[in-house]
Amino acid sequence: MTLLRVEHLSKSFGPSSAIENLSFAISPGTIHSIIGPNGAGKTTLFNLISGLYRPTSGTIWFDDADITALPPHRRARCGLSRTFQNLQVFLNLSALDNVMVGYHLACDGRFLPSLLRLPSVVRRDRDYREQAVALMRFVGLEAFVDAAADAMPYGALKRLELARALAVQPKMLLLDEPAAGLNPKETAELDFLIQQIAAQGITVVLVEHDMRLVWSVSNHILVLDHGRKLAEGTGWEIRHNEDVVAAYLGEGGRHR
Amino acid sequence: MSADFLQFLFSGITQGACYALVGLGFSIIYNASQVINFAQGEFVMIAGMAAVALIDAGAPFVLALAAGVALTVVVGVALEKFAIEPARNASVVTLIIITIGASIFLRGAAELLGGRGFRSMPAFSGNEPIVIGGAALLPQSLWVLGVTVVIIFALGRFFNSTMHGKAMLATAYNPVMAQLMGINTRLVLSLSFALAALLGGIAGVLIAPLSLTYSTVGVMLGLKGFCAAILGGLGKPMGAIAGGLLVGVSEAMTAGYLSSAYKDAVAFVIILVVLVVLPGGLFGGRSVERV
Amino acid sequence: MASLWQPRTGGLLALAGVVAGLPLILPNAFYYDVAILVGINATVCVGLNLLIGYAGQISLGHAGFFALGAYASAILTGDHGWPPLAALAAGAVGVGVLSFVLAQPILKLKGHYLAMGTLGLGIIISIVLNQEAGLTGGPDGMPVPSLRALGHTVAGEHAWYALVGLVLIVSVWLTLNLIDSPVGRALQAVHGSESAAALTGVDVIRYKVLVFVVSAVLASLAGSLFAHYAGFITPAEASFARSIELVTMVVLGGMASTFGAVVGAAVLTILPQALTAFQDFKMLVFGAVLMGTMIFLRKGLVPTLAGLIRNRMRSGRA
Ligand SMILES: Nc1ncnc2c1ncn2[C@@H]1O[C@H](COP(=O)(O)OP(=O)(O)OP(=O)(O)O)[C@@H](O)[C@H]1O
Ligand SMILES: [Mg+2]
Repeated sequence: MTLLRVEHLSKSFGPSSAIENLSFAISPGTIHSIIGPNGAGKTTLFNLISGLYRPTSGTIWFDDADITALPPHRRARCGLSRTFQNLQVFLNLSALDNVMVGYHLACDGRFLPSLLRLPSVVRRDRDYREQAVALMRFVGLEAFVDAAADAMPYGALKRLELARALAVQPKMLLLDEPAAGLNPKETAELDFLIQQIAAQGITVVLVEHDMRLVWSVSNHILVLDHGRKLAEGTGWEIRHNEDVVAAYLGEGGRHR
Repeated sequence: MSADFLQFLFSGITQGACYALVGLGFSIIYNASQVINFAQGEFVMIAGMAAVALIDAGAPFVLALAAGVALTVVVGVALEKFAIEPARNASVVTLIIITIGASIFLRGAAELLGGRGFRSMPAFSGNEPIVIGGAALLPQSLWVLGVTVVIIFALGRFFNSTMHGKAMLATAYNPVMAQLMGINTRLVLSLSFALAALLGGIAGVLIAPLSLTYSTVGVMLGLKGFCAAILGGLGKPMGAIAGGLLVGVSEAMTAGYLSSAYKDAVAFVIILVVLVVLPGGLFGGRSVERV
Repeated sequence: MASLWQPRTGGLLALAGVVAGLPLILPNAFYYDVAILVGINATVCVGLNLLIGYAGQISLGHAGFFALGAYASAILTGDHGWPPLAALAAGAVGVGVLSFVLAQPILKLKGHYLAMGTLGLGIIISIVLNQEAGLTGGPDGMPVPSLRALGHTVAGEHAWYALVGLVLIVSVWLTLNLIDSPVGRALQAVHGSESAAALTGVDVIRYKVLVFVVSAVLASLAGSLFAHYAGFITPAEASFARSIELVTMVVLGGMASTFGAVVGAAVLTILPQALTAFQDFKMLVFGAVLMGTMIFLRKGLVPTLAGLIRNRMRSGRA
């Protein structure tokens, strides 16, 4: 069983290629980490999977459907959701409304019912607003429910992106460096949070430089280098893979 | 080639050279500051009106031209100092409105000082047309073309071989990095407005003998210069020149062969068609937004 | 009580109060005329603000849609004897279809390229209206019959004031509904981050097109009303200067603030009237005021004032 399958995927920007002939699969219900040095192509891979970039060649299968040509909003509908390495919070909205946008697909997005504020729209909005508050509590943002997004600290914005991504009610959640810029305590909380999310049956794909977090949560690890697959396997296999150690992990098995 | 065609080509290239100079101004300011200066057309107007006023007042011709251009540069630098610099980091729309406010202000000032009438400037070297292949070419057109070519080469040298020019290029490429490297980006900003005003001013005195001067002469010129800059891909000086010539020649051909009524629409039809096909302009390339 | 001060309830009540109360202090027909023009401009701006302030997409060509609505009403009622309401509806539908078709490619553009695209669109409309003299009367303009509906003719400043006031209140009400709904959130999300919006399932292009069409249709409706009210229209209604004026109203009042759009429309409609006292200095002062407000009140009048009041209240409480 696979949830995501990537076949012979390539992406080049002009002459340089960021992803080169990459194939791998992710089975549902796992926490899957993708690691690699800066510029290895991890974010590019996420952008390809989520549809922000079109691949130069190759195919992407999600849930047994070929999604290579689907625009991003259709992929969200298929059950893909993500956070961003460079935060993409809606700074012009309140924190709660950021999460409410996450429920966009569940709400009634048609024009006329919204224009007339039909009772059904109002009711559904109210229900999801409650769920959004619950989600904010789940990620530890209960203090920011009424805050404006542009008045929140960096760490809180990262959690806000996570809450918004969860509101999409995805089958697969892509997290791009969620621990970057967090202190050890916050990272420990994130560790716990990721495991809880996975326990709900959401497949988590994690791009991360914080190796302690990676070793702690991952069932499976993919190592990228220069857009190519360097190795793949369990944490133990990766730690003992000579190529990986030589190219990326270095002595001590810790990077950065 | 028929004489008609040649005739249209001459007038198209002359007009196009002016659009190119105005478009270059847009590009230079955009590169230094990410600002679109909607008062760019007013630079053309100021230089023309000031020079004509001075000539009418009895000033020597060359001195009047130089003074008109110099005044324009002063206005350009003042615009940057008093309107753009205090509004750094404002949103794109806000900056657009500030420069539009400036253009209204400058037009108001011009009407106040120079009146609303149309005035003409004598041509630099007479009005005896030169006949080439059956088509008449005014000496003033040669002035426009010659000076434009000189300016293009001078700009090329300025950007590639002087400290200030390189600083401007570096700032355009990456403002933060440029600042870290010790480039005075505020000076670059002033310089870019001075340079854009200089180009606009030169275009203004060059074209004044061909098109009369009046307080609103810069409005359409400014918009078409903006067209030229966007057409070539914003921030690409060579693109702005190509865009300007393309717009000028297309206008002249349309006016000559199709309908002079829709001459002013040509630039905007071209830009819409080009942008639909190439959202980054002719030479802008397709950039992928990074997230 | 707290919910009364949501913009949707309290603000709307306040607006209705102002519209209802203003006749008590408007001394004569001239002031009514200005008030009616404020109402028409405000209606356009409330729609334009959805596009610019909420969805973050600039348009420097909306006067074109306003003028198309005006000319549709003028031509269909004047030359073809259509009932005014049918002409108004036809204009709105026509502008809706036109803006829908044009929006697909144009709204793929971003930033200054979008500004250029919409600017070009508006100018082309203005040139067509100027040149097709057989249809539009050309630069000299054309007369428009008065507004007749349901057996009544809208005539006199009081009737027009009431009608325009009502249209404005309904527009503001619908706009406020929209903003506080899944559609409104989607629009604002598109403004905040297109990538993130798309990945929460928001069909970015669809919502951009939607809001473009809505704002264009509202401009067309206001244009039709204006044509009947003024009784005479010229292509100047479609000019670049007029498009800029509309955008300036939105930005001056405060982007992403519906009441800001109304206030901006009021200020910029009244200002030129007030400046007639300056005669030759009118343009100079107008330009300076424009620059000054944008430099010093960057967020616009209403958000800046609201911020001041909020701070005052907070420090008062502390
Ligand atoms: N939109 C783009 N245009 C041009 N080049 C790009 C673009 N996006 C990524 N690249 C290039 O692709 C390569 C891979 O970048 P990517 O951001 O995917 O790396 P990464 O593995 O996420 O690195 P990091 O750990 O620093 O986040 C880099 O060389 C980068 O410069
Ligand atoms: Mg990355």
